Formats: sequence, structure tokens, C-alpha cells
Amino acid sequence: MKNTEPEKIGAHSRRAFLKSLGTVAATAATAQVQSVAAELEKANAEKTVGPGAVPVTLTVNGEKLELMLEPRVTLLDAMRNYSSLTGAKEGCDRATCGACTVLMDELPVYSCQKLAIEAQGREITTIEGLAQNGKLSPVQQAFWDRDALQCGYCTPGFIMSVTALLKKNPHPTPDQVKHACAGNLCRCGTHPHIIQAALQASGAKVTSKTEVIHA
Amino acid sequence: MPSWPEKTKYISKSTLRIDAPEKVTGRAHYASDIQAAGWLYGMILRSKWPAATISAINLEKTLQVPGIKAAITAKDLPQTVRFYGEEIAAVCGATKQACLDALRAIEVTAHALPFAVREDDAKKDDAPQVWDGKPNVSVSARGSREQGAVDQAFPECAAVIEGFYTTPVQLHNPMETHGNTVSWTDDGLTAWASTQAISASRDGFAGPLKLDHSQVRVITNFMGGGFGSKLNGSVEGVLAARLSREAKAPVRLMLTRFDEALAVGNRPSSFQKIKIGALADGTLHAFELDNYGTPGISGGDVELPQPYIYKVPNSRVKQAHVAVNAGASRAFRAPPHPPASYAMESAMDDLAAKLGMDPLELRLKNDSNEVRQREYKIGAEKIGWKEKYQKPGSSPGVVKTGIGCAGAAWGGGGASKRTQGDAQINPDGSIEVRLGVQDIGTGTKTVIAVVAAEMLGLKPEQITVKVGDTNFPPGPGSGGSTTCASISPTVFDICANALQQLQTQSGIADARGNNWFAACKKLGVTPLVVHGQWQQGDPSRPLSSSPAYGVQFAEVAVDTETGLVTVKKIVAVHDCGLIIDTLTLESQINGGIIMGMGYALYEERVMDDLSGVVLNPNFETYKLSGIGDVPEIEITLLNMPERGVIGIGEPATIATAGAIANAVFNAIGARVYSLPITPARVLAALGKVPPFTAVKP
Repeated sequence: MKNTEPEKIGAHSRRAFLKSLGTVAATAATAQVQSVAAELEKANAEKTVGPGAVPVTLTVNGEKLELMLEPRVTLLDAMRNYSSLTGAKEGCDRATCGACTVLMDELPVYSCQKLAIEAQGREITTIEGLAQNGKLSPVQQAFWDRDALQCGYCTPGFIMSVTALLKKNPHPTPDQVKHACAGNLCRCGTHPHIIQAALQASGAKVTSKTEVIHA
Repeated sequence: MPSWPEKTKYISKSTLRIDAPEKVTGRAHYASDIQAAGWLYGMILRSKWPAATISAINLEKTLQVPGIKAAITAKDLPQTVRFYGEEIAAVCGATKQACLDALRAIEVTAHALPFAVREDDAKKDDAPQVWDGKPNVSVSARGSREQGAVDQAFPECAAVIEGFYTTPVQLHNPMETHGNTVSWTDDGLTAWASTQAISASRDGFAGPLKLDHSQVRVITNFMGGGFGSKLNGSVEGVLAARLSREAKAPVRLMLTRFDEALAVGNRPSSFQKIKIGALADGTLHAFELDNYGTPGISGGDVELPQPYIYKVPNSRVKQAHVAVNAGASRAFRAPPHPPASYAMESAMDDLAAKLGMDPLELRLKNDSNEVRQREYKIGAEKIGWKEKYQKPGSSPGVVKTGIGCAGAAWGGGGASKRTQGDAQINPDGSIEVRLGVQDIGTGTKTVIAVVAAEMLGLKPEQITVKVGDTNFPPGPGSGGSTTCASISPTVFDICANALQQLQTQSGIADARGNNWFAACKKLGVTPLVVHGQWQQGDPSRPLSSSPAYGVQFAEVAVDTETGLVTVKKIVAVHDCGLIIDTLTLESQINGGIIMGMGYALYEERVMDDLSGVVLNPNFETYKLSGIGDVPEIEITLLNMPERGVIGIGEPATIATAGAIANAVFNAIGARVYSLPITPARVLAALGKVPPFTAVKP
């Protein structure tokens, strides 16, 4: 699994932190006033992007997407509104429903909570990128087989969460499936079938307890 | 007279959902996914006042925001708004970001008015009137009635209980919010709508916009859930259309999750003061209900069908609407049964405790319905009632367990008898079946394929199903659990007509199965188009009917230190006549139960009485059942082909809250009188914290 290089995280968050500090907070810091001021000056000297549109290059499902986006555009909006990738859904736009879940370097993330500019240089996989040569992925196939969907709007998000889980843990328990999908909501109430689908995709044998009595 | 075949290859078996491949690959395009050429983003400005007169709206600065193409007011001014979230203005522009900026630039001049958002505040004599000159409280003649001699009957009872059972306003919260992509040009209006009713949606555009029905086309290939809230024409749709007209471009206007909690429907609350009494042998003898609830600003249904599934010879029911400054209610999965079932079934268990009776026995004694009698016995066996039932509150330890049950009935509308459809059969044997219905996630397309395959001797995957377009023959809205019972006989009729025509045109006596391609080939170059419509069929073995029944049992664990309720298991026993597709049916029952569990334990719209706003218009604070909350669910289905096809979407959600509430009562020996059964309410019922609710009977 690829992880983001620590330096990059540090550099990014330090700059963001200093920018958010503002003058009052910065001068209030007594211990390292000098160095903070120097850092602040350096950060402000760097080229800020926006508020107008800037070129953004995303790598989605192995293909490059070259877009002109305001820096405030989220990854979800970039895909849904600036490209034809509408598979990731918007259910809340605030990190509570999981319908927008995509993989970023194999980790599931809420694409409504990532700015598109932050997603540059990362490998993004959406629901559209799972089937290969027209063949459904094992998770997609299991969702079909177990009827792990009703209206289908939350389905891409659940499939991405389960896909990420099985990459990390090929043989999860039902509780591990529940944990992996804890950030996804489904209003149709398809959950029991989603758990069955995840287990089936992991190779476990799944049986239904439903009984039909012919009257 | 036509009737369903006795031996079936696909009907009553499990067929995989035919549109799942599109849904699992992201190829399914919902209203919110439509990217019509040159489309613009649309957004609505909503009232931040729960009541106000709006005298001026200045859109000048808004129209100067870069990227904005049009801005309109929702109504002519002055506008009186009556709830927080009412539509005031709308904008469209090249990007969502431009629209966000544009909404902020709208200048509204408003005079705030007094308001009341809570039922008890609105009931007061000096409460501000939601509608000028009309009292907030109106007693419902339809919901009030009396039979027998109630006042004489109560003293004759061996046991009488009284309880004040309340249920909250519940929000639909479909995963896809309400909205449309609309293109309105001189050639007419096309709307890709997230709707449960394409026909009603069409009329909802045509009426306000003064267009002929023939000028409006509504398309719904996929939609992300509605649960009753998307049966209507919509304000947001009309605003999107007007924006499209003005901007000369298609407009996609989907509500935000925030909007969704304010203006597009909810289940009314109920405040049910129940008094019920039984004779010494448990026979129900006297019943009294005094109920009020709020449908917000609307006149929606608050009348509950009490005493629900029980017959009580002496009963008096009085019900009233209470108008408040909040969004109007709409139909919500099985309206208005869940609050009725919850309160009545709770009262039944409270009465059983007073009588010292097993609550299941009390039900079997008083429920005259033979199907439910059977279902109770099956369910009791499956949950292990005999072994697990113990006197309320006798479970030992800190975490107490309990079981409970409840029953349901759903008559609904049965079927829409005017449902029509057609099929085009091509000389190469391919067939396309077209109905003007919509698949809201229930498996409508799959049902059509299953029935057609069965009747024609083909495989479901050989049937191309087209729905969700007002250009197709008219079908019903997907409400009242009527869709399956409407379309199945219609497809039956289409296929019967097709076989007859094929016989005439091909000379082949039976065009089904192996003969299909030979018969179709004889059509020459002209495809065959056949029409069909809903048929009752043989009255003794109808193609469709109603009602449906059902019972559910719940097993719960209640932590008496934290008040947390965990549902361990639900046993559901349901009938729905002739089962069409067992797999998608099972999904619907799971869904009904899980939604019912949310109603029992988690869901409640909270209004702030001081500011008049909805306090939880999001998923952080409006809690839905999550995957970790979902219990083991065991479903038993009674297949009754002789009754024909009956819908299941609604019956499956009715009994859940009552069964869970009774299981909680059984576990802790104290009644939680209000839904949702939150930890605070459990602790209050146990006397460990002061009461949570301020509402007094």
C-alpha cells in the first residue's frame, strides 16, 4: 500500500497552519516569535492559487483528467461536474453518507472532503474503474448476486468501501465488514445483503435464512 | 378467465435484479447525473425565517456574480413565508461555486412574524396563527368516531391501562435528494426527474407553467429513493424549469442535504392518549384515543386508523391536526400505519402486563385475522417465544434482554386498474416491454422481466425492459405498495395479447419457448406492437389483490446503565399473495425493517422553539440506522398464489417499531412512551434521570 510521503504532509499542513494563524495568533506565540514570523513571511511569499480557476491534473482510473478548476472545487465535484465520471454520488457533501467514496492510493476517502487540487498526483479509483474489460470485479459481481442494492444510489460508495477492505483484509469477519462500511449510509435498508455480498466476494460461503412457505 | 400459471419457472423464484449491472458499475444515470449539453447548476435560496413577510428581493448583485446566468424569485412579492426553509429565490450558473456566491449576494427585505414550531406551543390559545384567520388546531371529522357505549364499558373491564404514546416527525431522507435536470425550450420541456411518479411529475410541471401535458416529457431511468416524498410535483422542479427558460440552457437543480430536511416532506408526529380495557379473559372491551399531530403547514394525514388491527366493541376516537410553522408532511412509507401500530401495540403489551397475560396470547385472542394468526405462530416458533418470553423486567443483570411482537395490515390501493403498457416484438425475436412506471429501487424492471419471461417461455435476460418515460403508456406512481400489483397483471395481458397476435400472424399455435424465434421470424419485416392493460383475471384466483398482513418479533438487549438499546434479532413473517421475485422481495422486507428500526430508536426531526429552525438537517444529528446497528433478520414468506400479486414495500415497515418497543418494555419492565427510544428516555423510564420530554398529556 502506498502511503503519502511524510515530508509532503508536513510541508502542506505547516503552510496551511501558518496561513490560518493570522497575525494576532502569530504574535501571541512568545517562544518562537522570530521563527514563526519568518515562516509566515516565507509562506506568504509563495504563490497562492485561486480564487480563479487553475489547471488541475487528476489521475482517475489510470487516465489523466486535465481540468481548469477553482481551488475550492472538491474532488467529487470535479468528477461529477467537470467530467463524465458521475459514478461517485453526492448524498450529503459533508462527509456523513459515504455515497461519494473513492479510493485514493487504495485507501477509501470521501471525495466530497478532498479538494481536487489536493488529489493531484494520487491514484484515484472510482466505481467506473473496477470492472476490467467489461468483466465485473468480484465485489461488483457479489453485490449483484446477493441483491446488495435497491435504489442503487449508495451502492458505488459501499462497493468502494468493501473493495478497499478486501485489499487490506481478504477474509474479513461480518464485524469487520460492518466496521469498513460504518461510514456509508443506505436508506433503502440493504445492509444485510451488503454484508453477505462482502463475505461472498471474500470467498466465504453465504446462505440466506429466508424461508418461503407455499400456502 | 386468465389466471397465473400453476407451475412456474421464474415467478416465485429468485431472479437477479436486471438493472444491477448498471448500478454496480456507475453506468446508472440518476437525475443528479444528467449532463445535458450546456447544462447549468441551479440552487435555491430558502427562508431563514420561520414566518415572515418578504417585501423585496434584490437580485442585481446576484446577476453580476461571474458565471451566473439567471436569478428569479420563487413567488410574486410580497411573499408570506410560513416555515424555515420555504423557497424564496433561485439562481443558475456555470458552476456550483458561482451559485453559492450568488445566493450570498441576494438581498432580502423581510418583516419577521411570530411563529410556533412545536405542537404544544401551537395549541395554546394565544399562539401565533400559522394561517391567518384559521385556528392552528382543527378536529378531524374523518378521524373522529364513536361506537358502542364507551363510558359504560370501561367500568366493566377487569383491567384498564392508560398511556400517552408519542411519535416524532420523521424525515424521508432518501440518499438522492429531491431534484431534476430540466430543459425548457420552445419545443417543450424535458425533465430528468428524481421522482416516484413520472405522470404526477409531468402534471406538476405542466400545471404551474401552463404547458400542455403533451409538451412535457419526464424521464426517470434511475432514482435514488423516495419513500413517499417524491410522489408530488415539485417547487424545485418548477424553479429549475423557469431558470432553464430564462438562461436558455438545461438546469440541474438538486436539493442539498440541508434543504432535504426542510421542505420536501416528513411523517407527521402523533401524540396519542390511549385508554384501553379488557375483560378478565383478555377480550378487548373498551378503547379511547385522543390524538393530535402535526403535518406542518399542510393539511396532511394525521388521522390514525386506531385501534389499528383490533376490533373493540366500545370505542371513541378523537383526532386533531395541529398546524405549525414547519415544512408540509407528505406520504411516508405506509402512512399513517407505523405510529398507529407502535402506540396500539404498546398499549396491548401494557394491558397484557396489567392482566398478567402473555402479550402474544392477548393478540391471538383478539386478532381475528386468520393469516396473521398463522404468522404469529410461525414467528413465535422462529424466535423461540416459549423459551425466551419472561415477565416484563425479570431479565437479570445490568444488560437486560427482552422480546416483543406486533402486527400489521396494509390495504393500500391494491392496484392501479388503469395501468397500461406495450411491447414491441421484432422479427429477430428481440422484445422490448414498455410501461410508464418507474423503478424506485424496488425491482420494478425485474418484475416486468420475470413476468414477461414466464408468460412467453423466454429467459428474463431476453426481455428488454423500458420504464421511466412519460412517452410510454401510462402507469401508476410508485406509492401505496401498488406498483407490483399494477404492472404484473398488465405485463400478463401484454404477453397474452402478444401470443394471440403471433399465433394469428405466424400460424404457429403456441409461440412460446422453443417456437418463439420461428414465430417472430414470420412477422417478416414489420415488428409487432401489442398493447395491454391491467386485468383482474379470474375473481376466484385474481391476478392481483390486497390487503397484505404481517407480523414481526424483536429481540433486544438494553443496557440499564447507559440506556442503550441493541436490537439483536428481528423475525418477520409476511404474506404478499403471489411472490414474483423472492430475492428483491427479501431486500424490500429488510429495508422496511431497518427503516422501522430507525423510527423506533434513532430518528426524530428536532425543531428549536426559540428560533423556529430545524436543528438536525444533516446525517450527523439526524440518525439513520447504520450497518453496525442492523440485527440478524430472519424472514419467512407465505406464498399465496391464489390471492394474486400484492405489494410488500409498506407492510414490511409497519410492525417493527411496535415490536422493538415491546421488547424494550419486556426487558426493563418500564414503558418508554415516546419514539425514538433513546438512551435518555430509557434511563428516564428506569427513573435514573429526569424525563427527557417536556410534553405533558
